[in-house]
Amino acid sequence: MLTLTDVRKTFNAGTINERKALNGVSLSLEEGDFVTIIGGNGAGKSTTLNAVAGVWPIDSGSIEINGKNVVGLPEHKRAAFIGRVFQDPMTGTAATMEIQENLALAKRRGQMRGLGWGITKKEREEYHELLKTLDLGLEDRMTSKVGLLSGGQRQALTLLMATLKKPDILLLDEHTAALDPKTAAKVLELSDKIIEENHLTAMMVTHNMAAAIKHGNRLIMMSNGRIIYDVKGEEKKHLTVDMLLQKFEEASGSKLVNDRMLFSKDDTE
Amino acid sequence: MGNIIDRIIYVVTSLPNTLPGTVSQGLIWGVLAIGVYITYKILDFADLTVDGSIGTGGAVAIILIANGVPMWVALICAFAAGCLAGLITGLLNTLLGIPGILAGILTQIGLYSVNLVILDGANKSISVDKFSLLLSSRRVAVSGGFSVFGWEIGKAIIIVAVIIAALYWFFGTEYGFTIRSTGCNANMARAQGINTKKSTVIALVLSNGLVGLAGGLLAQYQGFADVNMGRGAIVIGLASVIIGDVLGTAIFRKRFNFVARLSFCACGAIIYYLVLSIVMLFGLPATFNKLFSAVIVAIFLAVPYLKKSSKNSYRRAARNSLKAKLLNMETEEKGAADNADAD
Repeated sequence: MLTLTDVRKTFNAGTINERKALNGVSLSLEEGDFVTIIGGNGAGKSTTLNAVAGVWPIDSGSIEINGKNVVGLPEHKRAAFIGRVFQDPMTGTAATMEIQENLALAKRRGQMRGLGWGITKKEREEYHELLKTLDLGLEDRMTSKVGLLSGGQRQALTLLMATLKKPDILLLDEHTAALDPKTAAKVLELSDKIIEENHLTAMMVTHNMAAAIKHGNRLIMMSNGRIIYDVKGEEKKHLTVDMLLQKFEEASGSKLVNDRMLFSKDDTE
Repeated sequence: MGNIIDRIIYVVTSLPNTLPGTVSQGLIWGVLAIGVYITYKILDFADLTVDGSIGTGGAVAIILIANGVPMWVALICAFAAGCLAGLITGLLNTLLGIPGILAGILTQIGLYSVNLVILDGANKSISVDKFSLLLSSRRVAVSGGFSVFGWEIGKAIIIVAVIIAALYWFFGTEYGFTIRSTGCNANMARAQGINTKKSTVIALVLSNGLVGLAGGLLAQYQGFADVNMGRGAIVIGLASVIIGDVLGTAIFRKRFNFVARLSFCACGAIIYYLVLSIVMLFGLPATFNKLFSAVIVAIFLAVPYLKKSSKNSYRRAARNSLKAKLLNMETEEKGAADNADAD
């Protein structure tokens, strides 16, 4: 489904700020895989997702989606295969446009956009039904501007938008990190539900180790732009947070010092 | 004192005579304001091409009409010339990475030479007696009778209304949505598969097309095109957009929809020229026109900011905190006094 082969990316090459963000990342996802990605700050988690999404061109390596090498495609063309939810709830939606207009934009991801109506009556009915499933009351506010919604509502809407047209890959980039714990749990639950119902292939970056263990069928740990631990199936089910911390020390030779991760250690979400 | 009263009486009595001219001029600039609205409000791009593209539209229209081309064809060509100007700014910005404001300035300054070439000189005039013109200032005199100047204003209103209707349709289409989302959140737009560079260019093309059209109308209206006719046009356009926005928000509040917003750009332009004509009747020399428009824009841009910061200022916080402290002391004193009484 998704295959990364020796992907490398260096930012600010040749300057004092040079940073090797991806140091030869290789990864192969089967259809229906739901991978959680953890690691310290600057480990390359979000960078990996951005490389797949094509936010910038990579330096070397290949990224194949459904057997097609996409490294030459710019971000907006790769969007045809990819649904994305970002860390910042403001990033995924257009604040000055209506809820239904945002959905209509997402519905046409990867399609030619012409001079037909931006949203049709039939779509409105479809979105009304779809928004009901979120159970947030948004179905009665379809003509409201998205800017009026809370962060959690916006993330839920972004999730719906990312999957409205079934993506080959769903990229979730710490999409609950900016939400309060209760809302975060709700959005995570919704993500699980949508991924399962649509049999999506997904990658989720998270700082919450408990969540990384609980969700998905595969877990990847990154450090210094490399994958240092990759576990799936039964083995993953029996992981604990302490085992993960220990693994990190073994594999990277350093302690996983990250306040956010330590704070979320006991979180049983 | 008597002087001032005389002046006021003079202004009030003269105003009705200048009103038809003010309104039709305002409507023409309203077309430009609607163009500016597309870049400034929808695309979130401060496009300074306007000062050049209005002149190009005017020059193209005048030269074509002078050479016997029908006025309608000349206006379409003025629109197309404006589109071309917008295309250049768009390509400078998206293809060559030049920041938006600078890209607009470069096109604008380049167009100055282009306009000189088109006009084959600094200006060119045509007479309404010799050519059939859509709008002419000669026909808006009150002395000409209502049927004449009324129809002149009517034609201007029809043009503005057709443009608003066309834009209402366009921004409701799939492609219109891509431009709106590009202006609102380019990251989101790209994630939804939108080529934001392309939509930026298209919006600039459309906007400057309308500005070129406004130039063509204005040149016909005043009977000439001048290489300097665009100087400060962007400021007048912005003034119209902002005046319309402030006014429309006050009137419609949450119901201020797209059609109303565009209509209020035109209203803003009319109000701008109305205020300008009043100020000039009061005796402000024409020399101060540009200073006047700069001041108007500065005021209207500053008002929302000052309003917000007056509600949310450190000085206010200090005042409130002091007040609360004094109040506390008072109640404590009073409490102490009450206690003393009780004892």
